Amino acid sequence: MTAASTATGTETEFAAALSALTVRLGFGEVRNLRHLSGGASKQTWAFDAGTASLVLRRDSGTAIIVPELAEISTSIPLETEARLMILAGRADVPSPEVIRVLEPQDGLGVGFVMRHVGGEALGGRIVRNSAFASAREQLAFQCGEILARIHAISLPDTAMLTLRSPKEIIDTWRAVHEVEHWPRPVFDLAFQWLGERTPDVGVPMLVHGDFRNGNLLVGPDGVTAVLDWELAYIGDPMQDLGWLCTNSWRFGAVDKPVGGFGTREQLFAGYESGGGAPVDPERVRFWEIFGSLRWGVMCTMSTVKFRELRADGNVEINVDLPMIARRASETELDLVNLLRETV
Amino acid sequence: MQDTPAAIDVLDTVIGHLRNRLLPTLEGRAVFEMRVTLSALELVRREFTLKPASDAAELGRLGALLGSSGDLESLNSALCLGITSGEMDVSTPGLLDHLYRTALEKLAVDQPNYGAYKLATGNPAIHNKD
Repeated sequence: MTAASTATGTETEFAAALSALTVRLGFGEVRNLRHLSGGASKQTWAFDAGTASLVLRRDSGTAIIVPELAEISTSIPLETEARLMILAGRADVPSPEVIRVLEPQDGLGVGFVMRHVGGEALGGRIVRNSAFASAREQLAFQCGEILARIHAISLPDTAMLTLRSPKEIIDTWRAVHEVEHWPRPVFDLAFQWLGERTPDVGVPMLVHGDFRNGNLLVGPDGVTAVLDWELAYIGDPMQDLGWLCTNSWRFGAVDKPVGGFGTREQLFAGYESGGGAPVDPERVRFWEIFGSLRWGVMCTMSTVKFRELRADGNVEINVDLPMIARRASETELDLVNLLRETV
Repeated sequence: MQDTPAAIDVLDTVIGHLRNRLLPTLEGRAVFEMRVTLSALELVRREFTLKPASDAAELGRLGALLGSSGDLESLNSALCLGITSGEMDVSTPGLLDHLYRTALEKLAVDQPNYGAYKLATGNPAIHNKD
């Protein structure tokens, strides 16, 4: 919950620098500048310039408040995100056109400018609104095709992203879980179960890392853009399929395992039709269980942040922080249900 | 002894006031923020009313499962140690059942609208807000 921005001195400078950039790029001056969202580390701004609707994503430069979490951060730099979106667009993955990767002389920090793409991002609306009824029919198949295309992308520079094995990923998230210092037997049991069953990956591929309902723009005909590449890495492509099936991203439509809008059969058929290798449902299930655990641990990161802010005393805390923290129990129920099915 | 009205009754009055009197007067972002605030107050209310019984039930189950006594935090830590040491796993009799009940007790406070909770408790599916 970010408070509406006020026109501070720095913000006036920011708007002026942005306008100078869009004029240089031939679009004209910035109008109708809106702060869309501000996470802890990234900001998104929407604006018009000439006849174009554009979006700026940039680092907010905010210090990370929990040093223990900073060390295990897995986010990639925004320039890399922009490069991946360009590669994805060329591979027929619906992607916003990247207009400019920011340079130091732009005076806008680190980030990039892209063209605005129409579509709904809110998962709950995609799952329920009648406007998306026909999109829902084909969305799971379409996601399968898109994922196959993403996984087939070969990077011009392998150093762009980190190679991570399933075991490294499990170990990283176990370390994040331990930062909470709070007994969570369900998480320990899930880590144990997953740790004993890490899959053989075969050929590691480009993994989007956060491909789920909520990070896709959807229009009446389906996906209009794939967003949020910040967790991309090289590894097991089946993680993307499992994460898309994770119950936390079904927005209440628990009977539709793929994003709350489709079936696994549709997803797997789309994946194979898009050129992907035949899907092993067990491996997808492994990553679905990991997906619930990962989101659960992410919720506990909010608990840790909340504690730090409380200890600080004078900081105003957004009420959604403790509420996200209290969502860890949702994943505990999901994990117990998933583990019961394996016994 | 504290006086009446009891804290829980004051809280109910506050929740009713915010929802029925203030919420309808708000616009834009403030509507969303008030809804989150109301959800938080309702969580506090549920914890007030449900925690004593669920804590007692959890303590009883943990005692039986571990064959020892202690407070909730130490017994839960002992359970975690049993799992991380490899002594216990998904096949340990009673473990998944205990964890299932505990998860339901937590969700009864944290998020009774969660889809999987409704399925488990047999409540008709009412979809969450966006």
